[in-house]
Amino acid sequence: MSEKNENILQFRIKRWDPRSAKFSIHYYEVPTTPYMTILDALIYIKENIDSTLTFRMSCRMARCGSCAITINGKPGLACNTSISSLNSRIVTLEPLRNLPPIRDLVVDHTPFFKKQAMIKPYLMRRDINDFESEYWNPSREYYQSPKELEEYAEYAYCVTCGACYSACETVALDNQYLGPQALMNIFRFIQDSRDEGVFERLEIIDAYDKCWKCRVIDACSFVCPKNIDISQAIQYLKRYLLKKYFLPSKIRREAAPLASLPPSPKKRVEVQPPPFNV
Amino acid sequence: MVEIIRHDLIIVGSGLAGLRAAIEASIVSKGKLDIAVISKLQINRSHSVCAQGGTAAVLYPDEGDSYLLHAWDTVKGSDFLADQDIVMRFVKESPKQIYLLEHWGCPWSRREDGRIAQWLFGGHSFPRSTYASDVTGFFEMQTLWGILHKFDNITLYPEWSVTKIIVENGEYRGLTALDIRRGTLHLFTSKALIWAAGGGLRMYNFTSYSHTSTGDGFAIPFEAGFTLKDMEFIQFHPTGLVPSGIVIIEAARGEGGVLRNKNGERFMEKVAPQYKELAPRDVVARAMMKEILEGRGFEGPNGLDYLELDLTHLDKEVITKKLAAVVEVCNMIGIDPKVEPIPVRPVAHYPMGGVWCNIEGESEVKGIWIAGEVGCLSLHGANRLGTNSTAECLVWGAITGRNAALYVQKKENNPSSIPVEELQGEEKRIFDEFLGRESGEDSYSIRRELRIIMDNCFYIFRDGATMREGLSKIRTLKNRFRKVTVKDKDKIYNSDLLTAIELNNLLTCAEVIALSAIMREESRGSHYRYDFPQRDDNKFLAHTLARKTTDGITIDYEPVKILYWKPVERKY
Repeated sequence: MSEKNENILQFRIKRWDPRSAKFSIHYYEVPTTPYMTILDALIYIKENIDSTLTFRMSCRMARCGSCAITINGKPGLACNTSISSLNSRIVTLEPLRNLPPIRDLVVDHTPFFKKQAMIKPYLMRRDINDFESEYWNPSREYYQSPKELEEYAEYAYCVTCGACYSACETVALDNQYLGPQALMNIFRFIQDSRDEGVFERLEIIDAYDKCWKCRVIDACSFVCPKNIDISQAIQYLKRYLLKKYFLPSKIRREAAPLASLPPSPKKRVEVQPPPFNV
Repeated sequence: MVEIIRHDLIIVGSGLAGLRAAIEASIVSKGKLDIAVISKLQINRSHSVCAQGGTAAVLYPDEGDSYLLHAWDTVKGSDFLADQDIVMRFVKESPKQIYLLEHWGCPWSRREDGRIAQWLFGGHSFPRSTYASDVTGFFEMQTLWGILHKFDNITLYPEWSVTKIIVENGEYRGLTALDIRRGTLHLFTSKALIWAAGGGLRMYNFTSYSHTSTGDGFAIPFEAGFTLKDMEFIQFHPTGLVPSGIVIIEAARGEGGVLRNKNGERFMEKVAPQYKELAPRDVVARAMMKEILEGRGFEGPNGLDYLELDLTHLDKEVITKKLAAVVEVCNMIGIDPKVEPIPVRPVAHYPMGGVWCNIEGESEVKGIWIAGEVGCLSLHGANRLGTNSTAECLVWGAITGRNAALYVQKKENNPSSIPVEELQGEEKRIFDEFLGRESGEDSYSIRRELRIIMDNCFYIFRDGATMREGLSKIRTLKNRFRKVTVKDKDKIYNSDLLTAIELNNLLTCAEVIALSAIMREESRGSHYRYDFPQRDDNKFLAHTLARKTTDGITIDYEPVKILYWKPVERKY
């Protein structure tokens, strides 16, 4: 290879053609720049080489979850995968697996989002079905200490990109399986000291094709772009289910009450706006 | 026979304002209204997820905060261009939104006493920015997306791009939208519409916006005859990471981070002796740009000269725990903020202006409400304070959701006449013209040039001659765009076509921004002119109104509502 091509990287992109319902492989050469990400390279190809190349993107800061694709065999976000971290002369890009492809690198997340909907991803309280209640007409916040927040905070960072779902071999074999994201999300709410839905939530996942089908391959944890230990959360859920059978009294039933107002604030900041002068 | 998709209430946009409106309308109607949410993206991927800093709300009056203080900070921050009735309503309604989100599951950061934590942001004289770690917008979106699943009366249209609002005789009739996945155009109608399509400044090259924030929210109503207000006021966030433009959260300065030039000087001490780095964004951004222009910046890539944001003296624990997202984005460019300073430069971040609407969120067209960043109430005036934007989205999301729901409940039928020919017109424009044209220039080169023009002519420091030159270049680009071609001819998920539609919107917005900026011959808030360096309250204590007419764009003014505080000199 000549010296001039030192900073050229080859991309091998597996594109889905919805007309013929077939994949085809396309090759592109991209001049690299320092700290270039896979998304930068895709944008370069679209703007300069082939504007028909189709992929999703939005925030480019690993927050929206749009640009998840399979990169050198591993699902991840294109926007926070730098090409230097891959350490390869040729980069292979494919759509996410386990989800139906729409076109090129774009897949249909509908089955994935449907499973997330099944787990009721909101705080459950006893008064939730009454629109006149505290739940919909708040007077103050529910109490939660920083320590209680830490019990679930790390699981709340999920950007619903679908990387874990794509990497999960159990999902690949059984599309009825709830999948790592939804299960992890259930754990997030069970761990939340404000939530009152623990038994209802355990009911949802207590079935062979729900929680129990996880085979602890840990691929979900391995690929998560937010470094969430999804597999661990699922194993904790299994522990909860066992508790439900043998030690139900050990499961928390009472959720946190409203925070109490401190009797006298420790410090008071004294800044006043200027008086009205109109 | 044209199929018409009917709902009671359509909400366009699925960011904080759109989702909040959908939920409020559902609560008001006790889950009865047939509501549709249309979004260009998958529903939970809107740009709102990028908001980091927090949401301003007065939660602790017993500790010294007050509605009046929040209102005064906002009015002073706006350089007195904010309408003060709007500000007063805003500060009173914001706290409820914080508690609502809390009840639905938002993981707000907490104080040791188990109550919601708040931190300090620029221009605020009390730490009233409610935060959920340093990714607040993301958690707020996640919470709203979650509670949305409680309601089965909401139909989602993910990846449907609205192309036109149909208005007849000052009344809302319907809209047309492109189903991106199938590549087909459809006609929608409903009793009411909430327009929460978001802002977006992707016409700038160095911007903090998502790739998909392309000003559609401004351009589509503008083309339909709506008024755009105060579009010259573009907020430049002081600390955009070089070269990506990703924002380094203001709380990094709130927690003690300092800005330094190439000589190691902490220049903000001179500019704002009291607030220093935590002066409002327009003040800090201007001071930074002055340092760079006078040669005290570091040389950066592609002309992006920068200054340094130094966090190295902070407690490492504070950085890893409270500023985790800063570490994450810095690591992407090989920088560890714990041991080395971060390269930053002011970045196009937020348009203070938007579609004209009144305090109830009503637009000029009967049956259409405006919510969120796309609207101009005007709450932010000439310069927005950090964390007031997410609060605005939640407050007016709720207000418009409620108002529209009540209106729909009283209105018996959908609009009787729906002009079907509008759909054919859009099909012609999009499929026959964009897709049908066989040869010509592509969108990408025009877009690249537009971004350079905006960065060069409508950045922080402006002057008449440069701006006029910029405007004429934008108009040349608009002419060139008339012959744009889309190489991708497949209708299924045609992102090449979408780029062309978006570029059209970007060009429309750019022209309005340019013209509004040229006409405002003063310096106020984020709009600073070398040729008119003073604020001129005699002539320009007024909102700019841009309208599309047969003779091109006209500019008018309307007075600012000064109800409590008269303008004074702004010092920080």
